[in-house]
Amino acid sequence: MTEAPLRVLIVDDEAPARRRLHQLLDDCADAFPLAIVGEAANGREALELLHVVAADLVLTDIHMPDMDGLELARHVLKLPHPPVVIFTTAYQEHALDAFEVNAIDYLVKPVRVPRLLAALQKVPKLKPVPAAKLDLLPAGARRFLSITERARVMLVPVDDIAYLKAELKYVTIRTVQREYLLEESLTHLEEEFGPRFVRVHRNCLVARDFIKGFERRVSDDGDAHWEVLLRDIAESLPVSRRQQFIVREIGRIATD
Amino acid sequence: MVLVVTIATGLVTDSLLRRVVPLPEGSLSRYLLFGLIVAGTLLFYLQLRAKALSPALIEARLQALQARIRPHFLFNTINAVLSLVRAEPKRAEHALEDLADLFRVLMSDNRDLVPLADEVLLCRQYLALESLRLGDRLRLEWHLNSMPGDALVPPLVLQPLLENAVYHGIEPSSEPGVVSINIFAKDGQVHAILRNPYRVDGGRHHAGNKMAFANVRERLALHFDAEGSLQARVKDASYEVHIRMPYRPAGDRA
Repeated sequence: MTEAPLRVLIVDDEAPARRRLHQLLDDCADAFPLAIVGEAANGREALELLHVVAADLVLTDIHMPDMDGLELARHVLKLPHPPVVIFTTAYQEHALDAFEVNAIDYLVKPVRVPRLLAALQKVPKLKPVPAAKLDLLPAGARRFLSITERARVMLVPVDDIAYLKAELKYVTIRTVQREYLLEESLTHLEEEFGPRFVRVHRNCLVARDFIKGFERRVSDDGDAHWEVLLRDIAESLPVSRRQQFIVREIGRIATD
Repeated sequence: MVLVVTIATGLVTDSLLRRVVPLPEGSLSRYLLFGLIVAGTLLFYLQLRAKALSPALIEARLQALQARIRPHFLFNTINAVLSLVRAEPKRAEHALEDLADLFRVLMSDNRDLVPLADEVLLCRQYLALESLRLGDRLRLEWHLNSMPGDALVPPLVLQPLLENAVYHGIEPSSEPGVVSINIFAKDGQVHAILRNPYRVDGGRHHAGNKMAFANVRERLALHFDAEGSLQARVKDASYEVHIRMPYRPAGDRA
């Protein structure tokens, strides 16, 4: 059985580090058939590139501006044919213990040829690291949420999100422009993004930055409740009785 | 000294108060005991302070404050140099020479003051290595026309702060950013003003800042007492660190 060469994408914000990895992969090419399909300077660029060129393996640095390697690994899973991700890092921090424990492969820079070769040889048998496992790594909150649309991974900047609302199987993401459907749990999102969002209802998290104020509404049956008014969006969301305390907590500041 | 006075006054007022407010069973032995405690505490404190300021302890403290470079800088730099070896061996040689000079100072015993010109040269070498890794993202502006190169300063007084500037101001962004270094003498003082872009999102790793600041501050205090200071502030979207030191030219041994 002759195997097609392994298609590799290199991701690192430092040009010399990309060049070094390129050299090392060239050194491996005799022993292991491979093709370098591209280079990117951060996770965002890498994801863009992966829409255009197919890759079997992404070798990515962990710390990068705009989108780091751990976040890239999460979004990559939404591609129709997700590549395997192997992380590279310059320094063996405590953070890497979590990689060891969860058997997630990483390479320490400077990388040596035998170590790289060993990693490459394992790739055809590997499956992409699942999101549940990536969650166990000490990553910061994502900067984007991702949605698959027409085989493309759309990135929604977390800064642009006005609210997240759970509906049956999905979470609706609302930005000023439009809505998206996301297959994640609201509780999980609340844990990840912490104080950025505030829970106004069992099924709804609102971005603090988008809260314009609160308004008292009386419904037909005579019951009164609070509604959150949003900045730049002509919509309001009900505040549950249980979460009423947030009206006092944020309300004054927002209406000032 | 201020502390001694404060404590002493505090204790005296306390004992006076006790005299004015009649104590329930104001026996003589009670006053004696109280006096003894006051005297004992004062003596102990004075002794402690004398010890704290002894030259041997200052030396030891300075040694303990040895500046530490981030390991990730070392490994990333070595990796960058490795990338040059095949295609640009001359540049690789130069980078290794800079790295050797930098680590010679980092690993040496840095208790004695050095001429400011030496510290600035070291900063240039350090920043050349960072530029190697970061390319166009790191832009440097030097304003050294009125720099007194002969001023004696603590070694590594600027390098750790520039390391912070790069780590917090340049690395978190894909866009180029400027690190500016402005050093001048004025009214018998040496001023060094370092600026880097302030990244609001840089909060992801801001703890390192405080360590470097505390370290440089303490060394300034040990060498110059109240005449040395470090202040940091955010101004017009940049982060600014301002160091003041007395201008003591080399060869002007007091």
